[in-house]
Amino acid sequence: MLLVPCPYCGPRNASDLRHVGESHVRPDPNTATPEEWRTYLYLRDNAADWTTETWYGTRCCRKYFKVERNTATNEFRNPPMPGNKLGGKA
Amino acid sequence: MAQSNRLPQQPHEVIDRGSPLNFTWNGKNLTGFTGDTIASALVANGVEVVSRSMKYHRPRGYITADFWDPNGFVQVGPEPNVRSGHRELSSGIAVDPQNVWPSLDYDVKAANGLVGRFLSAGFYYKTFMKPASLWPAFEKVLSTFAPGGTVDLEAPKDEFDKRYAHPDVLVAGGGPAGMAAAIAAAESGASVMLVEHEHRLGGHLCWGSDADVALAGELAAAAEAAGVEVLVNSTVTGRYEDNWIAVTQRSHPLATERLIKARAKVLVVAAGLIERPYVFAGNDKPGVMLSGAVRRLVNLYAAKPGERAVVFSANADGDATVADLERAGIEVASVVDARSGANLIEAHGGSKRVSSIEFADGSKVDADLLVVAAGWTAPTSLLNMAGDRPVYDESSARFFPQHAIDNVLTTGGLAGDGTRDELVEHGRATGRLAAERAAAVRHRLQAFTVQAAPVDGDEPAWADDARTPLGRDPHPALFQSTSTGTKSKAFVDFSEDISNKDLVAAAKEGYDSVELLKRYTTATMGPAQGKLETVNTVAVLADARGETIEEVGTTVWRPPYAPISLGGLAGRIFNPHRVSAIHEWHTSNGMVPIQAGAWERPDHYGDPAAEVRNTRENVGIIDVSPLGKLDLRGPDVPKLLNLLYTNKWSKLPIEGVRYGIMCADDGVVMDDGVTGHLGENHYLMTTTSSGAARVWEWIENWLQTERPDWQVHVTPVTTAYTSINVAGPKSRELMAQLTDIDLDPEAFPYMTLRQGTIAGIDDCIMWRIGFTGELSYELHVPAGHGLHVWETLMETGADLGIKPFGLEAQRIMRLEKGHFIVGQDTDGLTLAPTTGLEPLIKLDKDDFVGKAELAWAMNDRLDELPRLVAIQTTDPTIVPMEATQIVRAGTTEILGRITSSRMSPTLNRSVCLGQVASAMAAPGTELELVLIPDGRRVTATVMEHHAHFDPEGERLRA
Repeated sequence: MLLVPCPYCGPRNASDLRHVGESHVRPDPNTATPEEWRTYLYLRDNAADWTTETWYGTRCCRKYFKVERNTATNEFRNPPMPGNKLGGKA
Repeated sequence: MAQSNRLPQQPHEVIDRGSPLNFTWNGKNLTGFTGDTIASALVANGVEVVSRSMKYHRPRGYITADFWDPNGFVQVGPEPNVRSGHRELSSGIAVDPQNVWPSLDYDVKAANGLVGRFLSAGFYYKTFMKPASLWPAFEKVLSTFAPGGTVDLEAPKDEFDKRYAHPDVLVAGGGPAGMAAAIAAAESGASVMLVEHEHRLGGHLCWGSDADVALAGELAAAAEAAGVEVLVNSTVTGRYEDNWIAVTQRSHPLATERLIKARAKVLVVAAGLIERPYVFAGNDKPGVMLSGAVRRLVNLYAAKPGERAVVFSANADGDATVADLERAGIEVASVVDARSGANLIEAHGGSKRVSSIEFADGSKVDADLLVVAAGWTAPTSLLNMAGDRPVYDESSARFFPQHAIDNVLTTGGLAGDGTRDELVEHGRATGRLAAERAAAVRHRLQAFTVQAAPVDGDEPAWADDARTPLGRDPHPALFQSTSTGTKSKAFVDFSEDISNKDLVAAAKEGYDSVELLKRYTTATMGPAQGKLETVNTVAVLADARGETIEEVGTTVWRPPYAPISLGGLAGRIFNPHRVSAIHEWHTSNGMVPIQAGAWERPDHYGDPAAEVRNTRENVGIIDVSPLGKLDLRGPDVPKLLNLLYTNKWSKLPIEGVRYGIMCADDGVVMDDGVTGHLGENHYLMTTTSSGAARVWEWIENWLQTERPDWQVHVTPVTTAYTSINVAGPKSRELMAQLTDIDLDPEAFPYMTLRQGTIAGIDDCIMWRIGFTGELSYELHVPAGHGLHVWETLMETGADLGIKPFGLEAQRIMRLEKGHFIVGQDTDGLTLAPTTGLEPLIKLDKDDFVGKAELAWAMNDRLDELPRLVAIQTTDPTIVPMEATQIVRAGTTEILGRITSSRMSPTLNRSVCLGQVASAMAAPGTELELVLIPDGRRVTATVMEHHAHFDPEGERLRA
């Protein structure tokens, strides 16, 4: 099982957390086109490469945080930063 | 029967002759000693045949006499498939052979041997494929041929457990190298877990020379002194991502099996080598044993495996077996040295035992024991699981790892050959390296944790592998005897009854890739999972294809390395069981429970229809404690409510209560509930009972990721309050006796709340809402006083005809009122405006979750979406089952479905909610329903209001 570096609790089993998914920006609902909005809702890069993704500490700190993970090797890099706004792609 | 085949005292035996144990075998009373395995006790009692083979029912004796013995499966009392080569003898057990009918000595199905040519590889696939209609009949007959013991469903349940462990270094295998690695790692400061598959540390040293046994003892003592956690009779069964390691512990004093989930920073694999059988005619006859089996039986257990032996030796272990046999006084008739080119042709014998051995030079020697030392298989399973792809080395005739993984190290026989000292030195170097790398891993993991304790110093350099590699001893490549022309079978897979002829035939049929061959013939797929058979399978296929073993390649070993019981995987059951503070009262007052998520709550107390009638006529109370409750504090709560609910919250006054629907950003309804304004910057939100946890995470998500600047603090308080709904026309009269709060409808109107004292309890919240459609007060009282308030309500309300009601009555009443339940009447595609609550969707708000999709839906395509409507069947006695389809009249075109239906005790007719296509949603539209299960078609009508009862809401506003 993957060991996830929670910035608050330290390394934790992936089963202690929820993989929220690739981090993304929520468009302005008043100006977004349906295409932009549905890209935000449904489309993910799903790259076999470094990705920026959000995890949630369901069984530890109950915090959302962002990490960089290589989906091909499961390496993590750059200590994840807690408390920052999580929007924005890497 | 005295132990006829028990040898005199052997120098390093592990049995306690002062402690005899009685047991039965096949109904006969026998005796063994403490320290015996079941196998050694049987051999010491002269038992030659222990089982019948799976397909041909051939008599079989021990061949490896250890955990992996394919012939050693027995029934022990109620427990089937016990590995008798491994399981230690205990007092009074009843051991029986399995897979025999009618008896071990006379087995009718051995006739399969006579028709063996019909049972070749793929026989079942080919023969029983067609006609498919006959498969049930085939299955019935074939299942009687299936191997395995019998399960006793009445047997008492065993105890199982789980444990988590976090060693710096985990060493798999307690032979000389593994022990040395564990000791060196521990001495370097690492926390170490050492896991040994067998019952004692030592590995092959245990049945070796005086010096071997002495070293095993020294290392075991040193491991203990170094603080190594030693687990014997335990197996590392799997290695997963980031060294997540499964250990099956069979030696726990209280649990039959304990699954240890270990997160090791470095894994050291010291699994040793497994002796490989040799494929020759008659190689499965009782009396043919591998050298390891003979040395175990003689040296550890003083059990005599035969009277007169022939030893076929290709290595030092074969040679040592000769010495062991001679010391034990067993006649060695002949030693055949494979290194000088001598070879076996066939083991001849009667139905029960080998009687003579035929050699390639034509000579024949009478013997009742043939010892085979033909080579080794490297059990690289854990390395395969870590991503290593071991490579075949022809000169040593076995596979070696490529050492490609940083945090998985290999030592001992898997890594190479050496003297005792060389193995120990390699183990020590491996342990030191493992400890150094573990320290670096620890540092790296801590560095990710920015809010934990600061990490001292720089990350240690990643230690290079500077170990002196072990050598590789040359070994003859012995897989199958060159002659396969005899009548007698030469087995590759003993547990699956696969001979080399079967493999060659399958290869000729086209199954000539090793992965296909394995699956088609089932070779390597039995209980030993390839430990004994894989390399021989590959070698036979290589011969058939005229290629090398390297070219053919091998199958991939997957977890588990050794079997895990289902009980071990399940462990103890820790599912939460949630009950309210009133639960005891419910159980002693006739509750019929229903499980709702983790909650056990009253479905009803005997007659839900009567509960409905009483609530509508008098007053009823229901325990709604599982209702999700979130305490929201902070100046920005109104902003949060405006964001998460579709309606407006900025102007909700203190003591106001409002209903809201929550959508996801796709506009689909995800939860609903009421939220009350308790005081300045203080609100109480309620959610659906099943959505409590989800909504909390949802709120945190928005606050933490999208609106981190908002000042809102969320506390889940579901279980801090006992929640009771008091409903019915007499509820005001009841509550007036229990509180000073002014209940006058002018002073305390519908959709407002009051805080105060109820039944003498302070800090209670009471709000007027109406899920049931009646005048009702929902009480949220401190949970510690919940039972008191409930009992006081019951006592005080006795004169008013109070009765408790359960979930079912509540569901009926809400359906009579047309209130939908999220997830029952809505689904994963239900957009909020289609539920009849369009007025609650305020598109003029700047933003709310789901706004974009809802705006597009409401402006452009609301007419295309299905609608939630109230439905009544024409025949009032018909209650269409939930999920009943609504179709276009006379056709099978589906236009919707019934989402909720009940017989209404209030209206004496059936009432429904359903989703229908928008074209069918106008009031008065006639619908056609296809009833479940008989397909009968009946008519129904779309109603004007969702509420079947009191559509104007006069009762709840009373």
